[in-house]
Amino acid sequence: MANSDNQVINALVGLRDWVDDRFPLMQNWNEHLAKYYAPKNFNFWYFFGAFALLVFVIQIVTGIWLTMNYKPSAAEAFASVEYIMRDVSWGWFIRYMHSTGASAFFVVIYLHMFRALLYGSYKKPRELLWLSGMAIYLLLMGEAFFGYLLPWGQMSYWGAQVIISLFGALPIVGEELALWIRGDFVVSDVTLNRFFSLHVIAFPFLIAALVGVHILALHEVGSNNPDGIEIKKNKNAEGIPVDGIPFHPYYTVKDIWGASVFMIFFFAVIFFAPEMKVPGTQGLFLEGANFIPADPLKTPEHIAPVWYFTPFYAILRAVPSQLGGVIAMGLAVSLFLLLPWLDRSPVKSVRYRGTNYKIALTLFIISFLILGWLGLQVATPLYTWMARIFTVVYFLFFFLMPFYTAVDSDKEVPERVTS
Amino acid sequence: MENSNIDKSRRRFLTAAATVVGGAGAAAAAVPFVATMTPSAKTKAIGAPIEVDISQLRPGERMIEQWRGKPVWILRRTEEMLSGISSQNDVVSDPESDKSGQPDYAKNEFRAIEDEYLVVIGICTHLGCSPNYVESDAENPPAADWQGGFFCPCHGSRFDLAGRVYKGVPAPTNLVVPPYKFVSPSRLVIGDDSGVA
Repeated sequence: MANSDNQVINALVGLRDWVDDRFPLMQNWNEHLAKYYAPKNFNFWYFFGAFALLVFVIQIVTGIWLTMNYKPSAAEAFASVEYIMRDVSWGWFIRYMHSTGASAFFVVIYLHMFRALLYGSYKKPRELLWLSGMAIYLLLMGEAFFGYLLPWGQMSYWGAQVIISLFGALPIVGEELALWIRGDFVVSDVTLNRFFSLHVIAFPFLIAALVGVHILALHEVGSNNPDGIEIKKNKNAEGIPVDGIPFHPYYTVKDIWGASVFMIFFFAVIFFAPEMKVPGTQGLFLEGANFIPADPLKTPEHIAPVWYFTPFYAILRAVPSQLGGVIAMGLAVSLFLLLPWLDRSPVKSVRYRGTNYKIALTLFIISFLILGWLGLQVATPLYTWMARIFTVVYFLFFFLMPFYTAVDSDKEVPERVTS
Repeated sequence: MENSNIDKSRRRFLTAAATVVGGAGAAAAAVPFVATMTPSAKTKAIGAPIEVDISQLRPGERMIEQWRGKPVWILRRTEEMLSGISSQNDVVSDPESDKSGQPDYAKNEFRAIEDEYLVVIGICTHLGCSPNYVESDAENPPAADWQGGFFCPCHGSRFDLAGRVYKGVPAPTNLVVPPYKFVSPSRLVIGDDSGVA
C-alpha cells in the first residue's frame, strides 16, 4: 500500500518537473502564492480583494450561460430575459446570480476602496497599484452601465438615454459624441446591439487584463497592512520579511473561509431578496420599472439609477447647470485618481493619523452614504439643498486634503506591525 | 558579430522608419473602426416624415406620435391656455426662444404655426427624458397664473404650455420644435416643411 502511494507521488512529481522544464510553473506558484510574503496582521478589511476576484469569476461564468439564451435585439431582448426567467431550466438562478453579482461587485469594490482610505494603501510606493485599481473601477462602471441596457426594460432604456445625454452636454463635440455612442438619433436596437458587444467581449477582456496588472503591481510592491508599515524594511537572514507569512497556505485558507461566509450572504440575496426591495425604493438591485418593456415615448414617473451610481447622480442633480452638473459628476468619480498626490501625511494608516484625517474621512463617508440615499429619492427642494451641502463636503475632502494632512497631529509609527 | 561593425545610424533610421510606418498604419486602421459606429445608411433613412391626423384631438388634449424614434407631442391649446402664456414671460428663462431650437416660422409668441396647436419634440433638453403633461391643478405650480405645462420626472425641469423652460431648473433651453407643416386644417406632416420655410 505504502509502496503504491510512493509510486503515485513519484509520478506526479515527475509530471510537475516535466512541465517545469517547459513552463515556469513552480516559479509562478512560489512568486505569487507559496513564497509571496504578506503581512501577518491582515484583518477583516483584507477580504475584499479576494471577494472581488470571486465575484468577477461568477459574473464571467453566469454571463457566458446567459448569453446562450439572451437575444440582443430591441424586438426580442425583453422577451428573451423573461424566457430565461420562466422557461429555461435554472435560468432564474443564473440570471439572479448575474444581477446580484453586479451589485455585489460594487459592494465589495467600495469596501475594498474604503480599506485603502483607512490604511493609506494608495500612498507611495503603491500609486500604480491604486491607479490600476481605479481603472478597473471605471471600467466596471462602464460594464455595469452597458449590462443594464440589455434587459431592455423602461429603466434600461431611460437610464441609457440619460447617461448618454451626459456626453451630449459636453461643449462642441458633445452632440456628435452622443450620436457616435448610440449609433442612432435615439437609444435604439443599434445601441442595444453594440452595448451587448461591449458588455460581453470588450470590457470583460479589459477588466481581466487590468486585474492581472493590478495583482502584478501588488506583488511587486507588496501588500500594505492595517499598521501601514512596510514589512520589507525588516527582513531576516534569508531575506524574508519577519512580519510576513506565505500567502499560501495562510491567506488562501483565510480567504476560502471568508468566501464561504460571503457566499452565504450572496445566496441569501438570490433566494430571498433578488430585487433587494428595501422599503422606500423600487428595488435596489433590480428596479420595478424594469419589468416593463422599454417605451421610447414615455419616461417612468420616477427614475433613479441603480444604487451604486446614486452618490454621483445626486451630485449631478445638485448642480443647477447642465454642463456644471456633468463636470461635477465626472470630478466626483475621478478625483480618487489624485489621492496619492493629494495626501501629504507621512503616515499611512488611520491608526497613527491625527484627528484631521479621521474627521475628514468620517465626513466624507457620511456624505457619500447620504448622497447615495438622496440619489434614490425624488428631488424635492429640501433634498436638493441637502445634496448641495453634502456635495460641497464631498469635494472638500479632496480639495483640502493637501492642507489638513500636512499639518495633522500624526502619531509615532512603530517599527514592527502590531498583533 | 563585433560591436564595431554595427552601423548605428542605419539601425536608428530603420527603427524610426518602422515605428512611423507602423504607427501610421495603426492610426489609419482606427478610421474604419470609429466610422462603423456612426449611424448607418439604414439608420439615417428611417428618419422619414410622418403624417398625423389631428381631427380627433379635442381642446386641452395632447397626442404623442413617434418621429425618428422620438416622441412628438401635439397639444391643442384652449383660448384660456393661450392667454396665460404671456403671463409666464418673466419666469421662463428664454421667453423669446432666442437660444432655443425651432424653425423660424415657429419662433413667435406661441411657438407654433397655428396658435392652437403646439408641436414639440417631447424630450427634455437637459438629459433626454420625456416630461409629463401636467394640467393647471398640479401641486407646486412653478409660477402664478399657471395654466399647466410639462414636468420632467428625471431632474425636475419644468416647461410652460409653449414648451418654454422655467428659470432655476437644469434644462438649458426650450423644448425643440421639429420642422412641420399643415397639409390640411386637420392633417399635419412632421419632419418635412418643404414649401413652407
